[in-house]
Amino acid sequence: MSILLKNCNIVNFDKTINGDIFIEGDKISQVGKLDIKMAEVIDCSGKIVVPGLIDMHVHFRDPGLEYKEDIETGSKAAVAGGVTTCLPMANTKPVNDNSYITTYMIDKAKKVGLIDIYPVGAITKGLDGNELAEIGEMRSAGAIAFSDDGKPVMNSEVMRRAAEYIKGLDGIILSHSEDKDLAGKGVINDGKISTITGLKGIPAEAEEIIIARDILISKLTGAHFHFCHVSTKGSVDLIRYGKSLGLNITAEAAPHHFSLTEDELLSYDTNFKMNPPLRTREDVEAIKNAIKDGTIDCIATDHAPHHRDEKFVEFDLAAFGIIGLQTLVPLTLELVRQNIFDINHFVKVTSYNPSRILKLNDRGEIAPGKLADLAIIDMDKEYIFDENLNRSKSSNTPFLNKKLKGINCITIKSGKIVYQL
Amino acid sequence: MSLSRKDLTGLIDVSKDEILTILETAEKFKEINQREIKKVPTLKGKTIVNLFFEPSTRTRTSFEIAGKRLSADTINFTASASSTTKGETLIDTVKNIESMGVDMFVVRHYYSGSVKFIAENTRAHVINAGDGTNEHPTQSLLDLFTIKEKKGRLEGLNVAIIGDITHSRVARSNAWAMKKLGINLKLYGPNTMIPKDYEPFGCTVCSSIDEAVEDCDVIMMLRIQLERQGIALLPSLKEYSKLFGLNKDRLKKAKKDAIIMHPGPINRGVELPSLLADCEQSVILDQVENGVAVRMAVIYLLTIQNANQKLEA
Repeated sequence: MSILLKNCNIVNFDKTINGDIFIEGDKISQVGKLDIKMAEVIDCSGKIVVPGLIDMHVHFRDPGLEYKEDIETGSKAAVAGGVTTCLPMANTKPVNDNSYITTYMIDKAKKVGLIDIYPVGAITKGLDGNELAEIGEMRSAGAIAFSDDGKPVMNSEVMRRAAEYIKGLDGIILSHSEDKDLAGKGVINDGKISTITGLKGIPAEAEEIIIARDILISKLTGAHFHFCHVSTKGSVDLIRYGKSLGLNITAEAAPHHFSLTEDELLSYDTNFKMNPPLRTREDVEAIKNAIKDGTIDCIATDHAPHHRDEKFVEFDLAAFGIIGLQTLVPLTLELVRQNIFDINHFVKVTSYNPSRILKLNDRGEIAPGKLADLAIIDMDKEYIFDENLNRSKSSNTPFLNKKLKGINCITIKSGKIVYQL
Repeated sequence: MSLSRKDLTGLIDVSKDEILTILETAEKFKEINQREIKKVPTLKGKTIVNLFFEPSTRTRTSFEIAGKRLSADTINFTASASSTTKGETLIDTVKNIESMGVDMFVVRHYYSGSVKFIAENTRAHVINAGDGTNEHPTQSLLDLFTIKEKKGRLEGLNVAIIGDITHSRVARSNAWAMKKLGINLKLYGPNTMIPKDYEPFGCTVCSSIDEAVEDCDVIMMLRIQLERQGIALLPSLKEYSKLFGLNKDRLKKAKKDAIIMHPGPINRGVELPSLLADCEQSVILDQVENGVAVRMAVIYLLTIQNANQKLEA
């Protein structure tokens, strides 16, 4: 099986070229002006071709919470969004804190056959923050990164031991940075809007305190800490400082944190309820600049499907989180349109950098010998993101039925066409 | 006179004119309340359900009396006796009761924003009788009515609200309303009970009780709770009373004819000593009395508007 992509704007993290891409088997075999006859031809004029996006932070709810999402629907949403590699989080039911669950997830994704997944293993058994999970066995089964995402590891001693242990296995810690006591029962950002709405606030400092702590634990242990869903200016400043010390730290931001502000919460719409919460305009600007200057290395969606019944309730009782796999491309392209960064940087933060962070050197670039993981994107198409387009089992996003610009049209995973608009 | 809105969920989005309309209408209903026969047939055949998910005696009774004096059928629904304990969702509960032909819900709920949530999901009129720490619009309206009655005006008055501002729906509703009415509002309380970002209130936050009380026409004391959601906000009520409570000496800083208000129930000896709660300057029972008239006005203005719409249709 071979595919020839003709007339492509081939966008890599470092340069853009016009040319063709020849795919043989699961790999890219040639890039350039090609004259090949024996292949299926796809004309890519007017579109850009980028390396398949890598989303380091999704929730596929499988096993156990399949009424929200499963690995099949999650994979479908991913490829519809141009995403070909995902890291599903460990807060499944049961928790992914042992190699059996890790293996189940990988096998199921293989059976579905649309994307590669690298399940995130729990740091502690049952995400309880106390006892280390069988990190080594999960690492052997295919987990690269470890996290108690959704719950922070509050005990600094436990986090230190986890960091030391994970470092020895060449793994990464994904830090869900949240001081649970300080965040308390908060449901939105602590600030102007919590004052107006009477909704309890989560101060920015609840995130920043744990980021500061984990920067210091990285200093203590040398372990690679990757900070999840960074949402505040203070967090950005701390990470910048940590990087200036030469520490082994990286960070991600979620599209909603650079697209929306806390002002949306004046509506009490639960589709704007996420953790960390939407912050202020100043925070949004800081996140954008941090993505631009490299303080934040990549964009991850924190795709968090929830059933309608979990959102159509009193605000305080509603589940945190929104789906994001299919809005990743249009929302990030918006930063390109705003001239925050160029299209090469788009590739850097959505594919190249995640591939380097995860040491998945077979992807993240369009070059001969690399995996044929590609997304063909129409940057200018305007459309309404509605239920006809949505591939997730859930619809919890404030962008549903909203006008978006820029869409993934075709996704190729390991040489196979896995999605066509 | 009518209000061109389906619901009263808060005063944040109610205009100055609407507030003044409600207060003027309430004056007429107050007159009815002083008659021998305190009942008018205006809302005969209308059904009002008092949907209370949080305990309340004063507010619920006040709404019930208000509805009955307008000849509406009023039914009380309290959460403890309801299906919500059986796991029914809030909107399912509302829709089920609505199906029985209800014209209006008066709702109290322990979560902020939940009354707005109900209003968006029912055809019936909804009046907020207190939602979490968000708003309690009819309390603010009865406060304003009482102030206007005692002072003859609203604009230009100096008002102090003292206590747990962060968790007070009374303070929030009053802050939004008073800003629109040109009242000079001052807030004071322990820092654990003042929002970190208070500038949306558009008023002064004082650094001492003397500063708060100084030159005031109205002093409103809020009920104090030692803890909120299991978190202690104060060392002790004794200390609160000493540092943040009103007393005779502090009252002297206010205008001579200043009135003392309280949304009740009072913690005697904590925010207010009995001596002041029962003194001539205290208008606490006037507030309760006026509550009925104000609630009659709100119920009337919301339902009458509906009647007009029906006629036009």
